[in-house]
Formats: sequence, C-alpha cells, structure tokens
Amino acid sequence: MCTTCGCGDTELVPVELHDKILAGNDRQAAHNREHFQAHGVLALNLMGSPGAGKTAVLEATSRFAEGRLRLAAVSADLATDNDARRLAAAGIPSKAITTGQACHLDAAMVHHALDGFPWDRADVFFIENVGNLVCPAIYDLGQAANVVALSVTEGEDKPLKYPVMFQKADLVLVTKCDLVPHLDIDLARVDDALARVMPSPRVLRLSARTGEGMAEWFGWLEEQRRPIVQGKGAHMHVHPHEHTHSHEHRHADGTVHSHPHAHAHQHPHEHAEGQAQEHAHGEPQSEHAHAASEKHEHQH
Amino acid sequence: MHEYSLVQALVERVEQEVGRRGALAVHALTVSVGELGGVDPELFRTAFETFRQGTVCAQAELTVRLVPARWSCPACGAAIEKGAVLRCPACDLPARMGEGSDGLTLDRVELEVP
Repeated sequence: MCTTCGCGDTELVPVELHDKILAGNDRQAAHNREHFQAHGVLALNLMGSPGAGKTAVLEATSRFAEGRLRLAAVSADLATDNDARRLAAAGIPSKAITTGQACHLDAAMVHHALDGFPWDRADVFFIENVGNLVCPAIYDLGQAANVVALSVTEGEDKPLKYPVMFQKADLVLVTKCDLVPHLDIDLARVDDALARVMPSPRVLRLSARTGEGMAEWFGWLEEQRRPIVQGKGAHMHVHPHEHTHSHEHRHADGTVHSHPHAHAHQHPHEHAEGQAQEHAHGEPQSEHAHAASEKHEHQH
Repeated sequence: MHEYSLVQALVERVEQEVGRRGALAVHALTVSVGELGGVDPELFRTAFETFRQGTVCAQAELTVRLVPARWSCPACGAAIEKGAVLRCPACDLPARMGEGSDGLTLDRVELEVP
C-alpha cells in the first residue's frame, strides 16, 4: 500500500544489491574447495582450446610421475567420453562429465562428479574443462589453481585475443614445444603477449611427447601441493579451545537448574605429519585449545 | 554462450528478491559487466530477451553498465595503459586490477510492491 496516503496503489521500490550474479556457483565452489582441502588434494582446473593438448599433458604427467604422485581426473566433453578413456588408459583414474549443451563446467557439475569417484585418494586431482577459451574462465570450480594449456600451433597472439582466460591463469603451459622447429612461431612473442594480460605470468614450455619441461611442471605441482598438504595436517592438529556449556542438575529440594561454565580441554589428535603445530582455527560456535598427544582433561 | 546460464542465475536471484519483498512485478534491472568479466554485453542482452519470457522479469527493463578494465601500480598508483605490459615500469611491480574490471554483478532492481 502507498505509505504516503494509504490509497492502496502499489509502489515502486528501488533495491540496491551489488550481488555477484555467480554467487550461487561461488558458494558451491567454496564447498568443493573445502572437500579438496580437507583431504589434502591439490585440485587444478585445466583449461585451453580444443586440441591444445590438455589430455596429452595429463597422459604425460602420468607417464613421468613414475609413482611419485597419485593422480585422478574428471574430464569434460560436450558429447563423448574419449578423453576420460584416454586418461584411464594412461593409468589415471578418471571419469567423464558429458556437459551436453554447456560450454563450460560449473561447480555443481564438478561436485556431482565427485560422488562415487575416488578423487580423495589422489595427490593431484585434475578437472579437465571443456575445450574453450572463453566460458570456463569465469566459473570457479573450487580448484586451488587454474592451469591454461596453449599450444605452439595456436598463434602468438592468442592471449591478447582471449585476455579473460589468460588473466585467470595461475600457470600457462605452452604445449607441443617439440613442434617449434617446424613452425614460424616466436616463443618470445608468446611470452610478451602473456605479460600484457597477466600481471605475474608463470609460463612453462612443455612437450608431452619428448618430456621437455616435465621436471619444471612437477616442480610447480609440488610447490602448489605444499600448503595444501600442510593445511590438511594442520586441520587435524592442535587448536586452542575453550568452550562453555551447561549441565542441568537436580537439588535435594527438587529444584532443577543449570549454570553455564567454561573449561579448557585437551584431546589426543591424529597427525598427518606426526608433528605438533600450533594454529588458530575459526570455528562457528566455540574456540578450542587442545594440545596434541595429551589426555582429555576437564577442568570444572 | 554461457550468457544463457548467467541470465538464468540472474533471474533466479531476482525471483528471490521478489519473494522476499512480496513484490508484484519487476520494472527494471541494472547489471554491471566488467571488461574482463568474460561476458559479451550484447549476447547477455539477447539471452535476457529470450530467457525472461514467463519469469518475474518478463516486463523488466535491463540496463547493462560496462566497466572498463583498469590496471595500476600497487605502489605508486600509476595507471597502466591498455595493451601494455602489466607491470609498473618505475616500481617494477605487477599491476593491480581495478575494482569491477572483472565483475559481473546485479546492482539494482526496481520492484513494484503492494
């Protein structure tokens, strides 16, 4: 009702929102990220054009891992599960996500794919996105980092043409470098183009065929895994805590009452790395203080 | 062509707001699209025209605000020209992206309420 005169007419109300349109996807992505972090899994969103060599990079990663890293992958494709079958043949437990009409993966599709798939046993979990340099860039999937594959056959100015994708990349893999002698490509011009769309470009030159750059690629993977593995350990560790609760009790005169009280206690803990670490931990309801490997003690 | 899924998310968000405020209709929407937001404004408008049929946004006028990408030095604040290397030549630091450059937000809705 109109509040000016109460005439019963409707009113036009402007509402200021400033909400991210993809807020729903971002929430789902945050949830995925919690899963990955809780299991100490490095999740990577691998993007690039169709034919940039994404699947070949993963096959080579498996080949050169020599058991150092446990890998797993989900692979998105519009219509086939060919990539997932290639990855399985290369020894990477994998699952296809057939996106149908969708030109990109979103966080809900990834979450759905995790169900019943042993992603949590991997050290590195690759999410091989739909081959597309536009749409996948803006959907957070819960990954720790974005890796973009750019093959040497694609042209030096690709980054300038698709700045959004490359700006979101944490690492660019320049793939198929074994072909450079057969092409007119100038790799310095690729680097220059990347520097114009990425403020802190990280670029590795790879050849899945010859193994060129694989050592650097494994170095990068290890570097990315370090905080995640530590984070998992810390999650299971020591967190100072103190909490309040009440006990109801009955007195001889029949009255029942309770009083809140605080106490500190200590729990034995599971440790991923077998060492104690102090850290603070935001928990919704309580603040905890416990030291590792000590008995549970209540002080009332 | 992810503009369709974006419009779907947009309409769902507006429906939520309509429900929350018991609105009868949506008269106008304002959306900001950053130059690096990965959205083609024309495609977004087309997708909106198609998708809004039969939704609370059927009669709503859409305004798309374009936010140009801006980069500057995090130390001295000097602007980095479009197309230049994204590094401050004076401070030798990576440039910082300006707010809204890669944004995609629903800024404002105009609702008809009883």
